[in-house]
Amino acid sequence: MYCKIFTLAQCRIWGDQGQAALEKSNICLLNCGPTGSETLKNLVLGGIGSITVVDGSKVEDGDLGNNFLVDESSLGQSKAKCVCSFLQELNDAVKAKFVEEYPDALIETNPSFFSQFTLVVATQLVESSMVKLDRICREANVILIFARSYGLTGFVRISLKEHTVIESKPEHFLDDLRLNNPWPELKSFAEGFDLNVQDPVAHKHIPYVVILVKMADEWAKNHGGRLPSTREEKKEFKDLLKAGMVAQDEDNYREAIESSFKVFAPRGINSELQQILNDSSVEVDSSSSDFWVLVAALKEFVTNEGGGEAPLEGSIPDMTSSTEQYVNLQNIYQAKAEADFLAIEQMTRNTLKKIGRDPNSIPTATIKSFCKNARKLKVCRYRPIEDEFNSPNLSELQKYLTDEDYRLSPFIVNSSNLPELQNIAVGIYILLRAVDRFAANYNSFPGQFDSASLPEDLINEMCRFGAAELHAVAALVGGIASQEVIKSLLSLKLRACIKS
Amino acid sequence: MAADTSVQLQQQPSKSRDLDKLLLRPGNLVGPSFEPGAELRDDLQKYVRVLVVGAGGLGCELLKDLALSGFSNLEVIDMDRIEVTNLNRQFLFRLEDVGKPKAEVAAKRVMERISGVNIVPHFCRIEDKDIEFYNDFSIIALGLDSIEARSYINTVACSFLEYDSDDNPQEDTIKPMVDGGTEGFKGHARVHRGVPFDPDNPKNMKWVYDEAVKRAELFGIPGVTYSFTQGVVKNIIPAIASTNAIISAACALETLKIATGCSKTLSNYLTYNGSEGLHTKVTEFERDKDCLVCGPGIRIELDPSITLQKFMDLLEEHPKLLLSKASVTHRGKNLYMQAPPVLEEMTRSNLTLPLFNLMGELPKDIVHVNGMTSKNDQKTSCLRKLRVVFKGVDGVADMDTAGGA
Repeated sequence: MYCKIFTLAQCRIWGDQGQAALEKSNICLLNCGPTGSETLKNLVLGGIGSITVVDGSKVEDGDLGNNFLVDESSLGQSKAKCVCSFLQELNDAVKAKFVEEYPDALIETNPSFFSQFTLVVATQLVESSMVKLDRICREANVILIFARSYGLTGFVRISLKEHTVIESKPEHFLDDLRLNNPWPELKSFAEGFDLNVQDPVAHKHIPYVVILVKMADEWAKNHGGRLPSTREEKKEFKDLLKAGMVAQDEDNYREAIESSFKVFAPRGINSELQQILNDSSVEVDSSSSDFWVLVAALKEFVTNEGGGEAPLEGSIPDMTSSTEQYVNLQNIYQAKAEADFLAIEQMTRNTLKKIGRDPNSIPTATIKSFCKNARKLKVCRYRPIEDEFNSPNLSELQKYLTDEDYRLSPFIVNSSNLPELQNIAVGIYILLRAVDRFAANYNSFPGQFDSASLPEDLINEMCRFGAAELHAVAALVGGIASQEVIKSLLSLKLRACIKS
Repeated sequence: MAADTSVQLQQQPSKSRDLDKLLLRPGNLVGPSFEPGAELRDDLQKYVRVLVVGAGGLGCELLKDLALSGFSNLEVIDMDRIEVTNLNRQFLFRLEDVGKPKAEVAAKRVMERISGVNIVPHFCRIEDKDIEFYNDFSIIALGLDSIEARSYINTVACSFLEYDSDDNPQEDTIKPMVDGGTEGFKGHARVHRGVPFDPDNPKNMKWVYDEAVKRAELFGIPGVTYSFTQGVVKNIIPAIASTNAIISAACALETLKIATGCSKTLSNYLTYNGSEGLHTKVTEFERDKDCLVCGPGIRIELDPSITLQKFMDLLEEHPKLLLSKASVTHRGKNLYMQAPPVLEEMTRSNLTLPLFNLMGELPKDIVHVNGMTSKNDQKTSCLRKLRVVFKGVDGVADMDTAGGA
């Protein structure tokens, strides 16, 4: 009962299914300094299922000054054990274990240890261990999140082969009205309206969807099947709409003019989705994930029944209309969405059968959600750490190195894709790697770049930090890392960040 | 002597092992006021007093972060009691704490775990403390979830500002504030700082005047604050505990930078958007010189014969104030108080006296007025600073007019 109330607030945010995913997950933490401890603290509060803390060190005085999860009574004891017992106190429903061993050694001697976990959070690891652990986790299909605090800088880096997202929940996404490519039922519904109706009350209650479908149809008839595409044509189309108004206060026509861009949008699927459909993973076999089985079915649908379009989403926005006509319109959209869903479901079941899997192994609810979100699918792939370290994207790095804005930037953005880096991130990124190299091999410094192109003050700063793990920085990096953990477990969109 | 101590401290096992790297070593990307050394660390412990306003999700994180960032004198104020639903994001509270005051439990838990830190809890409303209570702190850190409360504290901090003859605020009266908060699925963190430096500003020591942030743009409230750093976290996926952790940590870091100058603070508005990938941006906001809250105050010209009651009536009609149920203070002295009844009774007789006499017959001075104002048909409590000038009294003929009513 306690646990139920405890997590109620966040269940409202990511739903019962999401909460179940968190409760099922088994997370391993490497090194439980403040960065690791703060990451787990946030996750344990959120109701993560099981945790295993790996750290070989004993609690020292310095740990009392930067880690809330140890206290004076912990001095001299296993740090992993102390952190683990505090986390257990925070939420007694979590299954907490600890392993008193140094992560670097564990990576070297017992790589199979990591395959039991859903996700590994590796904090404060140096380059060489990162590369090895990355190989191990990719092999075992375990999600890996690196977090590092270093003086006033740090980073969070996600590593996994592929991350596929069905419900990416973009902030702005065009509704799916199909005004530029109406299906027969919508067309005939629109034909039931007369835009020249004499009754002014009826005229101002024609839903804008109907107005636009009819006007677009008429336009296409007069323009060889094409819709407005040039600026002049678009203006002309809007003028036609304006001319159709019989009174100044017709909200439905105002909505039609405001929404006319929906008619101008190109037909068919967007390029991002096209890229996913073209991905080689669409050639599914028995080892394919559910996501790619669904994408294979989607591709078949788009090529055949869909006539170049993805399944209809099925909902309509509010608009000026009589209640009766609005409900009718809603039914037409819902019926089409249902039909599209049934087609995709059938294709999914067939595909599953073809690759030798149980045709019912993907739940109907998943297929339904997939259809509703088909236009917003996302596939993220992360470079192996080894590739990133050995073949950096030089031109991108150089480009960002020339940015002098670094002084102003308190937060710096990084991700596995270097083009997404912003401003000074690169300087710190390089230096964070430099300090690792320096630690590994005293007489070498990163030689890929002319060191003069790195601000000397920044280099100085990194030396000043002396690998300090400050609590506030660790809490920040840990906070971001724990968000990443939750998002990756919930299959939401991932991101990563550096801060200074 | 000092140098010897610092060497020794570095060699001995020390709780400030990591913090010492930042506070004891010189650097090139630091604030101009930065003087590294053991003394800085010790002064931070001894003399810097920080008030944390709110002991909820953010307040708890803030207390912990500050206590582990070298601050030893902390106080926390919160009027709420712990509820069961708080437990999944307020890590200092346990099931057995439900029903107890948040401020008291939070203070106790942090002190239990971090030795050498003293935290004084205040279980009351922020409005229950008089203005001077807030003036005693070096830095005020906010972890509030209501715009009204945030606005109130902001006004309180701005009320300490004193101005020179050019209407520029005097540096030593600037009260640095750190502000974090969450509203629904969004959160924000901001810092008002009072350490005089901004290397990127050609006006150097005048940085503070140019840097303040226009609050109104963010919250639609008529407030502007001095030199004020702000982060907004937009989270489409509100991982509640971790969002609080990120915001609070950013606030605590900026607080440490303000107090010690150990690194450059941000200038001065930070946005953090995590809805699609993760993007951050730093924007520089400027102070609104006519701001009611942080500006030199609304100038009100009065006849010396006007009574306190008449003055209060004027406030109610004043188009920029529309302030009713006013309580009036002058230099810390209560001229009239609406509450509590004891004070009301004690100050009631002042209502019929001329304000000029009540203010010690000064030709002009600042008075603080606390009351209710209505905005968009909603009543909110507010604090305003007024520059009262008496007509026909010596020495006011050539007075400032900037920001005048």
